[in-house]
Amino acid sequence: MTSASSVPMRPSSAVSSAEPAFIRLNHLTLSFPIFHGGARSLKKSLFGKVKRPLATRKAGLTGGDVRMSEDTPGVVEVRALHDVSLTIRAGERVGLVGHNGAGKSTLLRVLGGIYLAKPGMVMVRGSVETLIDTNSGMNPALTGRENIYLQAQHKALRSAQLKALEHDVETFAELGDFMDLPVKLYSSGMAIRLGFGLATAIAPQILLMDEWFMAGDARFQDKALTRLAGVVNGADILVITSHSLSILEEWCTRIIWLEAGSVRMDGPTQDVLKAYSETMNTHV
Amino acid sequence: MNATTGHTLPVSPVSGDLIVASPPTDGEGSVVTTGTADKRDIGSNLPEPPLMPLVHRSRMLLALDDIAEGLRLWRLALSLGWLDIRLQFRGSRVGPLWLTLGTAVMIGSMGMIYSRLFHIVLKDYLPYLSISMILWQIGIAGVTQDACNCFISAASSIRATRLPFSVQALRVLVRNCVVFGYNIVVPIGVYAIFGLLPGPVALLALPGLAVWALNAFAFCLLLGSVAARFRDIPPIVASIVQVAFYITPIIWSGKQLGAKGWWLIFNPFYSLLEIVRQPLTGEMPSLPVWCTAIGLSVLLWFSSLLVFSRSRAQLAFWI
Repeated sequence: MTSASSVPMRPSSAVSSAEPAFIRLNHLTLSFPIFHGGARSLKKSLFGKVKRPLATRKAGLTGGDVRMSEDTPGVVEVRALHDVSLTIRAGERVGLVGHNGAGKSTLLRVLGGIYLAKPGMVMVRGSVETLIDTNSGMNPALTGRENIYLQAQHKALRSAQLKALEHDVETFAELGDFMDLPVKLYSSGMAIRLGFGLATAIAPQILLMDEWFMAGDARFQDKALTRLAGVVNGADILVITSHSLSILEEWCTRIIWLEAGSVRMDGPTQDVLKAYSETMNTHV
Repeated sequence: MNATTGHTLPVSPVSGDLIVASPPTDGEGSVVTTGTADKRDIGSNLPEPPLMPLVHRSRMLLALDDIAEGLRLWRLALSLGWLDIRLQFRGSRVGPLWLTLGTAVMIGSMGMIYSRLFHIVLKDYLPYLSISMILWQIGIAGVTQDACNCFISAASSIRATRLPFSVQALRVLVRNCVVFGYNIVVPIGVYAIFGLLPGPVALLALPGLAVWALNAFAFCLLLGSVAARFRDIPPIVASIVQVAFYITPIIWSGKQLGAKGWWLIFNPFYSLLEIVRQPLTGEMPSLPVWCTAIGLSVLLWFSSLLVFSRSRAQLAFWI
């Protein structure tokens, strides 16, 4: 598996390797305003809630806190993240665990600069690559190869680098003739191969991945691990979300357990996973 | 991603809202420190990264940054816009030539009907109608309606990767330029058939087109942001454009009104249309028209920067 093609190339510019990557969140709170869809009926139910202010929430609820906005009156908002503070240094491989809707993907989006938090809350140093959406920014109507070209333009690559990128992704993804077919015809596993190959082709300093990227057959997982090992080498940061504890155990050096948008526990993999699975079992 | 897109800053402002200056700046009031790390921090025993002052940047600067970053990715915008057109006609035999054909049919039939209605000779009317219709349909009506969907239609890519929002505006601009290119063939053909030549004065349409391109970009930032937040905006804009089509001299000529046409200059669409149309119909561009058009454009840019800078941080939540 350690063929030359599975080792990601480094960006030629020295900028990215000048300083070690690092992430710091400073009391990060993030709320989504809800303007479209169902807001009216939601408002009714929320006003109903106000009348019973003493009703307590059950622990382990799915999703963030739905409530009336404090900043803009009359607007319903979901508080997806609440007062999250942490520092991730170079070399750490962090796993995020928690219920569905605990804020894992939202946190990834904040780290990836997709959701912009208030000034001062987020500080990220280093080049970032995100693998969050199922098509990770690929256009499903375009062929795999066209998507590679678009990605190359996104990164403003020169044509020589583009050739190298194309070759590298093609060898890694092993899609054969599917490379020249629209991505919407791909099976989910094939789309993952392409997306993963693209995101890791030019080693980012910080790689943010959502759990579905862990899908794929055993052979792909082996390849992905080898390739990731190259990415996470040395000064880089990996943040992944997953429900598969075995994957987290294998891949991560540190686990952050999110619950209803706040950090419930943060520590070495073994400790947090132990506590996490115990709570899971008592709940079930 | 940032390091490869030409960022040479010591810290990439991924959050978009702060930038870290490695040497402390001259102690301005806007400098804020990150504060101490949280107690929950675990992790390796590496020394704490040195605290660096965070320089808050105003929303306007961030918006301008976004635009600059978008312009740097012009190649990407070019491909995205061009691919939009190609995908629209993927699987079609004629392809984007449909744009030309459809317009030709429309201009031909409209020319027949309206020259009868207005009792004008076809030779006098058709060239005027063809150039007016194309300029209006693509340059003004099409761009305005496309601008509303600028960010809404790019929702999936905005939520998947970090891209400057202005790339989407550039993409709309490119897309409309391509459509314009396919459509302008029709009036050129009509001019050729009737043996008309607007003369060298036609070159004066180029500055007008440049103003249009700038305005289209600003329009995308303005209407795209507003429409992402208020979904009633696109239908409202569509009806305004529909009404404007009838009160702007497009199928009829301003000269038909004679002295009663004094109010035309108050129609914003009129002056914007005339800066390109006058040279193409062989007239010298008039000063009041240009002054009004420039004034409107400045106003448009000012308001679009204001709106875009205030909504930029929220856009990802709205779409």
